[in-house]
Parts: sequence; C-alpha cells; structure tokens
Amino acid sequence: MIGIGRYNLLVAKSAGNEGWWKYAATALALVAVFWWAAIGSQVSLSELVKGAPWISDFLSRMFPPNWEFAAKLVTPAIETVQIALWGTLLAFVLAVPVCFLAARNLSPHPAVFHFMRQVLNIMRGINEIILALIFVAAVGLGPFPGVLALGLHGAGMLGKFFAESIEDIDQGPIEALRSTGAGPIQTIIFGVLPQVVTAWIAVILYRFETNLRQATVLGMVGAGGIGFELVGSMKLFQYQDTATCILVIVVMVMTADFISSKLRAWIQQGAR
Amino acid sequence: MIEIRNLTKRYGDFVALEDVSLSVAKGEFVVILGASGAGKSTLLRCINHLAEPSGGEIRVNGELSRGDRAGLRRVRRNVAMIFQHYNVVPRLSVLKNVLTGRLGSMPAVLSWFQLFPRADIDVACECLRRVEMEHKADVRTDTLSGGQKQRVGIARALAQQPKVILADEPVASLDPKTSRKVLRYLQQASRESGITVICNLHQVDYAREFGQRIIGVAGGRVVFEGRPDELSEEVLQRIYPGGLEGPATPQAPVAPVPASTPVAAYAAPHLVLEQS
Repeated sequence: MIGIGRYNLLVAKSAGNEGWWKYAATALALVAVFWWAAIGSQVSLSELVKGAPWISDFLSRMFPPNWEFAAKLVTPAIETVQIALWGTLLAFVLAVPVCFLAARNLSPHPAVFHFMRQVLNIMRGINEIILALIFVAAVGLGPFPGVLALGLHGAGMLGKFFAESIEDIDQGPIEALRSTGAGPIQTIIFGVLPQVVTAWIAVILYRFETNLRQATVLGMVGAGGIGFELVGSMKLFQYQDTATCILVIVVMVMTADFISSKLRAWIQQGAR
Repeated sequence: MIEIRNLTKRYGDFVALEDVSLSVAKGEFVVILGASGAGKSTLLRCINHLAEPSGGEIRVNGELSRGDRAGLRRVRRNVAMIFQHYNVVPRLSVLKNVLTGRLGSMPAVLSWFQLFPRADIDVACECLRRVEMEHKADVRTDTLSGGQKQRVGIARALAQQPKVILADEPVASLDPKTSRKVLRYLQQASRESGITVICNLHQVDYAREFGQRIIGVAGGRVVFEGRPDELSEEVLQRIYPGGLEGPATPQAPVAPVPASTPVAAYAAPHLVLEQS
C-alpha cells in the first residue's frame, strides 16, 4: 500500500517476494512487443498528420452523398440480405450433423471428437473473403459463391458454438434417457435439443448479423451484393456514390443488429 | 429376479465394489442402506450398465446381462431407473417426459418427428394418473416442484413397464413429508404391478418403514442383510462406521476405522447371500 497524500494506492501485490518487479517486467515486455510491431506495421503519427489533408480532401469529395444513387442500390441491398439468409441456412445445415460428433460428451470416441474439432477449426480458420475468392474462381462471379463462402465459414463457427453448448448441458436427463433404452438419435432429440434450443437460436441470429456484415464486402471480390456497387463507384471515382453505398450499408447493419438483438432478448426471456 | 454374483467394480485403483453377491426376488422392495460413497450408486448403475462391471456376473430375469448393444437394449427395457436429481428433461412437457420411458419400444423414426403410437400415449397417461399428476400433463416440467418432478420420474419409470425399478437416492433432495409421499408411490407401484424395487437410501427410518428387506453396504462390501427389525445399533454401527452423525460430531467410544483400509474393520462378518 502506497500513501499519496490522503489517498492510498491499492494494487494487489503479486504473491512471493518479487513484489512490484513482476509488474514492471510485464509492462516492459508489453512495451517492447508493441514497439516491435509498430516498426513492422510502420505506425507513425507524423505520417498520419502528413496524410490528413488528403483524407479531408477525399471526405469532401464524398460530400454530399448522391441520393439519386440510392434507388440503384435497392436491388443489390436486397441481394445482400438474401446472400446472408442462405449463407446462414447453409451454415446451420452443415453444422448440425458435425456438432454432435464434436461435443466431448456425445462423441462416440475421443478420436472422432478431436478430428471433428479440427475440421471445424479449419473451416473457421479461413476467412470468408478468401473462401469467396476460391468459390468465385470455382463457380463464377455472382452472389452464389458468396453464399457458399458464408456457409462454409459459418458452419465452422456454428459447429463450434453448438458443440460447446452441448457440452454445457445437464448430463442427468441424458443418462435417464439412455437408461430407458432410447437410441442415440432419440436421446439427442428428447434429451439434448430441448436443453440447447434457445442457445442455438441466439447463436444463429448472431451469425445472421455477422453474415450480413460480411455479405456487404463480399462484392469486392465479385461475390455479389452491395459491395460490388461500392467498389465499382470507387473505381469510377464517383465518391458521392461511394458515400451513399456506405450509408446504406451502415443502415442495413444497424437494422439487422437491432432486430436480432430484440429477437434474442425476447427468446431468452421466454426461455428463462 | 436379480442375481448378482461376485460383482466387482474398480475405478482405476479405487475399489468401489468388492465381491458383492446378492439376489432379489420378484416383487420385492429391497432397500440398500449405506453412507455416501459406500458404493450404493455404483451397485445400481452396474445392474443397468450405466457403469460397466469390472468382474462378476449379473442376471436379470434369468438372463445374463451384458454390456454390448443388444444386451443393453434388453436390460434397459426391463430395468427402469429413478434418480436423486430426478433427471427429467426441463423444457419438455410432463406427458412427453413420461413418454420418453416408452422410447425403447416404439418405432424410432416416427418418434424423431414427435409421432407417438396412441397406445403408448395411453400408457403414459395411465402412469401419470398413478402418481396423481395427470392434471399437470401439459405443463412444462421445469415449472414443477422437486416432489412433483420425482413423481414424473416415477411415472417415466413405470411407463417403461419394467420388471425392475432401480431407485438411486430418490428422496435425498426432498423434505420428509414429500419423501414419504414419493416412497409410497414407489411402494404402491411395486405392490400393484409386482415390480421389483431396489431403492438406495441413506435415511435409516425410511429404510425401516418401506424396506421389506435391507442390505447394508459399507466400503464397497455388503455388511448386513436382513429384515428391517433386525437393524440393531450394532448393525448400524457396521453400516455407518464412525457413527450415524458422520465425522462432524465425533463419537467417543467408537474405535476409529483406519481410513486407509476401510474394508478391514468389518471383513469378518462377510455374509453369503444365497437365498431366493
């Protein structure tokens, strides 16, 4: 405890005899890491200051947004929502069969559990944009490769969340169902699903939110949606159109966030 | 109805059950009495293979019970279980919880789509009536009190139309009044349908009140076997080494049982239980 006038500094001393040295060493290490990263990423305040006029010039070209252009964005905006919807559905359909095998308490064998977890990790590990690039190459330009990209990446995400929620359930009812002679699928339907359904719906809604956000940028690699218009307008130096695109995207994402958070609150309240 | 010979169960180095032999007749209400950790639960769980025995053999209704797929299905169709923490599925309705007792003997694929044979629904309703819960059939199970949940647990067990019910500390989480009520439903089921009941308890007075026969277990071995009126102080001392009050209130005259070899202290009165 260190007294500073009428105040005392209350910071827990670490256990052992090292005292404050531990904190000092940690702080020093953190500073070193970020200094090293700053050199690599060329973080520089002076560069930011130097670039400020250019940024303000760019922003002034975006102003005022071209409201006429908004009418043209209706179709791509709807397409974005459609991509997000099907991306979420595909992710769900792919995740469900995998998640039971990837849950420690239901998996038939530890090897199956570890294998399935790795499969999910790989799916999750590849970014949507990279997946979209691959699928655009495979099936051509348009919204469908976007759906596939969101579906595959989302399946990795949902599968992991689903499996973890299964691991958290009360094991008792499962044991009870097994002792009635119920088969494994009956045990899942009557013992597992009723216990995880609310958590799953919340995660799916959250996934839809994320997918919508991702779908707005998928167009940049030619995978459909409003991102395509955004990149197009920038390439044509129509910055006022770009501004409209950005505003529409912001409104879409905020609306989706609002609706899905309301829905999640409503479901969780109903579920207790 | 149930024949257990030289049953042994080990968890790693820990011996949970050692050389347990006993037999239970059809329609009998047997109480297994013992302190926590004595091996009562393990004994029941070995009978329906929720725990796989390490040695010995168990016969249910004359058939050797085995842990393979077909053996499990056969055993679990004949043997129902009731749990201390009820283990009802919280978000299902009471009726559906009872219906899960019929899952083993109905078309599986139809049940996945929530299609149940009318005959099975009738059985479930009848079982609910027997525990006087029919008015709650459509209520969600997590809205019930503990005693009501356990009655649903009993109805689920009855819905299996089992030959044997294993009850693992069915009233340990309930108050005395509710406990008696729940045990009475169990007793009634046993009498009316000729179901064999093996009930784990740790309360001596319930054991005296409901058990036709009492088996005392301590340290993984059977240390007593007899009628309720034979439960003398000396016998209780054997079942509860260190006293009924537990280690919290030390009892002066009792010779302390060495913790390292809990079995040695009562190795002498090892009973051979071959009646039936």
